[in-house]
This record gives sequence, C-alpha cells and structure tokens, in this order.
Amino acid sequence: MNYLNETIDSLNKKLASGDLSADQLAKDTVANIKDTDKKLNAWITVDDDVKPAENLDFSKSKLAGIPIAIKDNIITNGMKTTAASHILYNFMPMYDATVISKLKDAGATFVGKTNMDEFAMGSSTEHSYYGATHNPWNLDKVPGGSSGGSAAAVAGGQVVAALGSDTGGSIRQPAAFNGIFGIKPTYGRVSRWGLIAFGSSLDQIGVMSKRVKDSAEVLNVIAGGDDHDSTVSTREVPDFTKFIGQDVKGLRVAVPKEYMDAVSGEMREVIQKQIDTLKDAGAIINEVSLPHTKYVVPDYYIIASSEASSNLQRYDGIRYGYRAKDTKNLLDVYVKSRSEGFGTEVKRRIMLGSFALSAGSYDRFFRQAAKVRTLICDDFDKIFAENDVIVGPTTTEPAFGIGEEISDPIKMYNNDLLTISANLAGIPAASVPAGLVDGMPVGLQIMAKRFDEGNVFKTADFIERSNKFYEKTPTGMED
Amino acid sequence: MEITEDTIKHVATLSRLEFNDDEIGEFTEQMSSIINMADQLSEVDTEGVPETVQVVDRDTVFREDKPEHWQDREELMENVPEKANGFIKVPVIIEKDDNE
Repeated sequence: MNYLNETIDSLNKKLASGDLSADQLAKDTVANIKDTDKKLNAWITVDDDVKPAENLDFSKSKLAGIPIAIKDNIITNGMKTTAASHILYNFMPMYDATVISKLKDAGATFVGKTNMDEFAMGSSTEHSYYGATHNPWNLDKVPGGSSGGSAAAVAGGQVVAALGSDTGGSIRQPAAFNGIFGIKPTYGRVSRWGLIAFGSSLDQIGVMSKRVKDSAEVLNVIAGGDDHDSTVSTREVPDFTKFIGQDVKGLRVAVPKEYMDAVSGEMREVIQKQIDTLKDAGAIINEVSLPHTKYVVPDYYIIASSEASSNLQRYDGIRYGYRAKDTKNLLDVYVKSRSEGFGTEVKRRIMLGSFALSAGSYDRFFRQAAKVRTLICDDFDKIFAENDVIVGPTTTEPAFGIGEEISDPIKMYNNDLLTISANLAGIPAASVPAGLVDGMPVGLQIMAKRFDEGNVFKTADFIERSNKFYEKTPTGMED
Repeated sequence: MEITEDTIKHVATLSRLEFNDDEIGEFTEQMSSIINMADQLSEVDTEGVPETVQVVDRDTVFREDKPEHWQDREELMENVPEKANGFIKVPVIIEKDDNE
C-alpha cells in the first residue's frame, strides 16, 4: 500500500464500503514499508504480525483500521520502544502511552515505530543508534529531526499519518524538510504520559501527515484531559476539522522581520509568495518584531539540556535497558552503563545541563535562561494582542546533506532558530509546505496563541489549497 | 568564560559519565564554545524579570490518595537485565573496606 494519493477520508470510504479490508490494508502497509524502507530507514521496529483491532466500526471512527506510524519515544505496550538509544535497545513497555490508548480506542492499527534522533536530541535523525534516515526527496539529504523517521514515512507514502514529538522543532523542521504538514499543539493540549521525557516543560506530542485535514482528524483523537498528566489542560477540545475549508478574510497575520531576515534568495521569495496569497485573499498582514530572537537558541539549549540532564538520570542499567558487563560495584554499573549506552549528542546535552544546574553556574545560566524565557513569552503576548497568527519560514534553509553538519554541534543547534520559541512560550505551531528550493521542500510556519490550534489549521489548510503542493511526488522514491 | 578539562571532569562526575583523555579534550573544546554561546544570555537585562519554568494553565492538581492496582511484579521484572530469585541483582554495594 502506497499512501501518496490517499487521505484518511479516502481510506475510510474504501474500508466502509468493503472494497478494502483492514487486515489487507495492514498487511499491504507492512509489505510496502519493508520494500521502500531499504531506501529510507525510517523505521526501527516493523510488526510483521500486524493485526488490526477487532469489531471496527468505520462509520463511528475515521481512524478505524488506519495504520498510524508512532515515533519510537512513545511507549507501546508489548512493542519494543528504544528512543533510538542503545541504552533502551531491548526495552519492552508494560503499558501504553495515553495517546496510544486513545488511538486504540479509535480503532487505529499499529504497524511499528519510527526512527529519530536518540532521545529526540537532534535536528537530522543522524543521531540514531539504528542509523540515519534518508529524505524521500533526495536520499543523500537528511529528513530533519528529531521526528525524521515519522516525516520520511509520511512523505515517502509508507503511512497516511504519524505521531511525532516536538521539544524545539522536532515535528515542524522535519515536516518542512519532507514537504508535509506537521503540528506541535499547545503545551498541555495532548497528554505526555508515556512520552519518554526529554525537556518536560517543552515536550509535546503532535501529528504529521501529507494533508492538513488528516492531522486535524488525528489530533481530535489524541487531545484532551488525562488523569495521568497534570499538565494537560481540562478545557474542551474543539473539532479541529471544522477549521478546514474556511476563508482567511480579515485574519490578522503577523510577519516577524527577524524571521524573514533569517532567510534569503529563493527561499525568501517562496515564503513571501505564501504571505502574498494570504493578503490577496483578504488577510491583514502586519510586520512585527520578536526582539529576543537572537537569544532563543542559547536560551533553549540551557533550559532543554538542564531538564534533559535531570530526566535522563533514571537510565542507570539497574531496572531496564542496557547494563554494562564487568563492573566492580554499583557506581561502576551506573557510570559504565550510561557511558556505553548513550550516544555522543545525548552525553553532550547531559553534560551541558549538569553544568548549567551545578553550583556556581545555576544563577548565571539556568536562572538567567528562565528569566529570558519570560521576555520571549512577553514578545509573543504583545503580538497576539493584535494578531491571530504569526507566519514565517519554518527553517533557515532546506534539508542539508547527510554528514554535513553532524560534527558541528553549534551549527546543528542553529537549525532550530525559528522553531524553538513556540516551545518556550508553549504556543501551537505548525509547518505547511510552501514550495521547492533547488528541488527540496521548504515550509511555512504558522503559530497562534495558546489553545488556538483552530487558526493554525485554518491558515495551513488555506495555504495547502492555494499552492497544491500535495500534487508533487518526492523525487528520491523513483527507481 | 573559561572551561577547563577539570571543569569537564567535574561535570562528568556529576553526570555519572566517564570519558577517555581524547574525549575529555574534545568535549572541553566543544563545551567551551557551546557554553560561550549560551553566555550571550548574560547581556540581556533581566533586572526584576520573573523566571518562567513552566507554561501550564493549571494550578497544583490534587487527587485522592488511594491504592490502585497498577502493574504486576512479574511483568516489571521482565525488563530487568540481571535478576535472581525474583530480585534485581547488582554487584557488591558495600565493599570490604567499608566494614573495616
């Protein structure tokens, strides 16, 4: 089964009419993944014995019988979950993440787990214990990260939709690099119970799909309150699909000059063209400023790494995961299991976080970063007092080559310049395909105020209908 | 801000990580440039600015303190790397010297 020309609606119709059985769909999906993944390496685990849920009601649930890809940092009962790390190479979860339980209730099918940067730390999916994922538009390019496996699986037609997670851009940047839609919902919109923790004040599970409406369908299912996660908002979840097909007349659109100045040449033209399309349709365009943009990368790396160094203390080789051999005492088990089990980038972040939190550095680094975070949030509050959405480029450049940036951590970190702020402020943000630059996709980022995913979907769907990027086929998948 | 090999060794100890000499050298160089990038934050005037450490829209959430069946011990033990007689097995914790 190749999903390039399918949507959840088209599949639901086939399943409901009996033209296609859920069982056949599941088997065909796995067969196609096995075939095409020789090129992409988008998956860590594929379930050969995949079985759809029983007693599916296709009239009640759009997701009934639909295979959804799951990023490998979301735990799945009885299906190996590694976070792309050696330290969890054999970890078998005993329960489901809340998002998985909700998808199961909706009758979705689980075909396997997608590749990622180890513990979601990275912007290229090269930092995986299971090897790099390749971009379906050009196999020599990275798919972005950290949800690069989910993005490549969707863009390559292996699935219709996938779950990812986004701590500093890990859904939006790979969505942009792969020419698909991806949304990071508001912090607190989706339960993080069962998401392997990286930066707990920033992490959020979201959806990636070729078509905007399909992400709305999946978000409808996974959003909402959860007794297991007290950071999830109890406010009502709207039907996100009702924001599809609306016009943008009168929509107040802010364009930050710092974001536009971060891109040049053809890339800037492609982004400007999307903004002009909104203007032509009656949206009100306002140039605005996000004055603390130059501080978001350092601010994020201090906060995210500090939270990570604390969250990753639990990996000690005792109760689960990798345990080093030939150890002489308990401390030796901790140190050797962690040193042999974690990859270089994860160690770098743990070290940076431990440093920022350590005596003598705490005030200068962590406390200062927490204060600057307030100023970054204030910048957004000011803009959203007079605007409905903020738009601009998702990334500063299209996908780079595999191996090109991996040896230069600071260059790699700067990939997240335009996506990080949404995590620091906890606002919803998405990337929708804008066009091609040198044959590679680039994305338009859309942000809105907290819990206003509706305006994000409305704007993204309008852009999708205007530029019809979905008609293009990824060039790297041709034989 | 100067980051020395001793800083890196100290932070490695805090992090329960170990590195060989080559890695310490490489990490010192890399961490030094990352920390100096992060130190740009000190040029921002944050006098009187409160800290933001979370962006949650709820206050402290309480629940009733009542026991619930969660997971079976046997299931949980399946992920344990080394075990014996239903217990998690670890190397010696109290070394001989500690008893002297």
